[in-house]
Amino acid sequence: MTSLTSRRSRLRLAPYLFLAPALILATALLTVPIGYTVWRSLHATRITGGGLGVAEEVFVGIENYVRVLGRADLLPSFGRLLGFAVIFVPTAMVLALVFALLLDNVSSRLTRFSRISIFVPYAVPGVIAALMWGFMYLPGVSPFHDVAAALGLPRPDFLGHSGIIASIANIAIWGAVGFNMVILYTALRGLPNELYDAARIDGCSEWQLAIRIKVPLVVPGLILTGMFTVIGALQVFSEPNTMVTLSTAIGSDWVPMMVVYRDAFITNDLYGASALAIIITVVTLAASFLLLGIAQRRAFGSESRS
Amino acid sequence: MTTTLPRTGDRVVAVAPARARTSSGILPTAILLIGAAYCLLPVYWLISAATKRPDELFSTFSLAPSFNGGFIDNLVGLSQYAGGAFWQWCLNSLIYAGGGAVAATAVAALAGFALAKYEFPGKRLVFGYLLVGVLVPGVIVAIPQYLLLSQLGLAGTRWSILLPAMISPFSIYLTRVFTAGAVSDEVIESARLDGAREFRLFRSVALPMMAPGLITVFLLQFVGIWNNFLLPFIMVTRSDMMPLTVGFYSMMNQGSDQTNVYSFVIMGCLLAVVPLIALFLFLQRYWRLDLISGSLKG
Repeated sequence: MTSLTSRRSRLRLAPYLFLAPALILATALLTVPIGYTVWRSLHATRITGGGLGVAEEVFVGIENYVRVLGRADLLPSFGRLLGFAVIFVPTAMVLALVFALLLDNVSSRLTRFSRISIFVPYAVPGVIAALMWGFMYLPGVSPFHDVAAALGLPRPDFLGHSGIIASIANIAIWGAVGFNMVILYTALRGLPNELYDAARIDGCSEWQLAIRIKVPLVVPGLILTGMFTVIGALQVFSEPNTMVTLSTAIGSDWVPMMVVYRDAFITNDLYGASALAIIITVVTLAASFLLLGIAQRRAFGSESRS
Repeated sequence: MTTTLPRTGDRVVAVAPARARTSSGILPTAILLIGAAYCLLPVYWLISAATKRPDELFSTFSLAPSFNGGFIDNLVGLSQYAGGAFWQWCLNSLIYAGGGAVAATAVAALAGFALAKYEFPGKRLVFGYLLVGVLVPGVIVAIPQYLLLSQLGLAGTRWSILLPAMISPFSIYLTRVFTAGAVSDEVIESARLDGAREFRLFRSVALPMMAPGLITVFLLQFVGIWNNFLLPFIMVTRSDMMPLTVGFYSMMNQGSDQTNVYSFVIMGCLLAVVPLIALFLFLQRYWRLDLISGSLKG
């Protein structure tokens, strides 16, 4: 009897003990820091008592938000982020889907080599990717300049004001395509083969098979990778921050995350940095939920309504 | 009827690819090879540039390697840079990525097992609480993490990079999803009837079944920490605490007045990238990324 009750209580307690490390770490390292950021974003230091008064932290409401949003360098910074995301997200997603479909295509050859090669950039940190491409953009060591010169074409200006957004988007695309491709490819591989056989017997070409049958079936995978890609795009930091050392077209406020870093650690405006960090988080969440909503309505809307 | 049907089906499948291969396989293969070339080009450029002496870097055709002893010179120069700082950064990266990923995987294994295999009050609440972390950008928490850890006197130490790396909500989510399918309830029940305590049950019964998925969780987390820049960039300022990513950045930042620094950085990038790519190829069969695509159904 006693052994039975003690076992019952052990069974009741066990899941909480298993979850304890995760809950403690998540609270200490995620919840508290996020709460702290929100708190900071609503406060500021004020000197009270006039003259040589004491600095005091006081509640200021949305003052930091108003101040940050009113700054002249913020809008161009979000503009560059938008330009970057508009190039990066669709290109990375389309390339990943095309490569995944081609890997899954029965008539493709050398698929193992291609799959591994395209996955290789995933193993390369963004900083190193930015340095490698940065050198390849740099006049004097750029192979593209060598090729352009050999063909008698004008040398492309990768690091100037006109090309820098596309140049950085290219680095991010290079790093993101392989991972998304592998996720989509494994999703395609999980589809039942009988489906294709039936379609082929009905005279469906491989191209039609890909567009009409495979793509609609991997929509969940596309939504997931799409959300990862959007979140990654809005947080872009290490690529442009590294490229600062190679290009004069990138300032310390090139994308919002760089502004946050500068405010927090260079100009020591932690309150403004916190407000801006919250704004970026809200934009990121809004963008991912919007994407999720659109994608779900497109993919499942007709079924759920019926 | 039932015996002949599969046979005809088989023949159609066998014939169709053979015909397609001869007629239409060239274009898809060509597109894939262009993609492969695009992804390998920077790596090839890196190998080629690493063989060049600093004076050759800007004067010879960039994609043609050089054989004038530049490779060895760069290797020696990099090793001696700032008193062997490069090798210290390599070691640090290994400590952060290895230690952080082991801890994060252990935490995720325990939490994922509890969420997949127990019914208890507050389960949905706990899961939702942990899942919010997936949605909040990790970058955003890096700055307040720094502020809080510096109040504890931990900022600038190895713990300031290791501790945040130990919690990964996405790993917990993945572990929960694959554990639900990988560990059967019957096995757990029969072990319980045999008198196994709950932790023993986890360690000896569930863990072996979860192992293939946990290896993938470990690798994802390892690469995530290895590639991370912002968190260590914020946390540590001393060179001997830096991982490779921050080390290279600091090298480039100080380097404008030093003539050889480009060659050293190029050699360093090569030495940092090649082992990781080799590790990937070696561990390829342990990558079970179908877990991620499969996790959507859960």
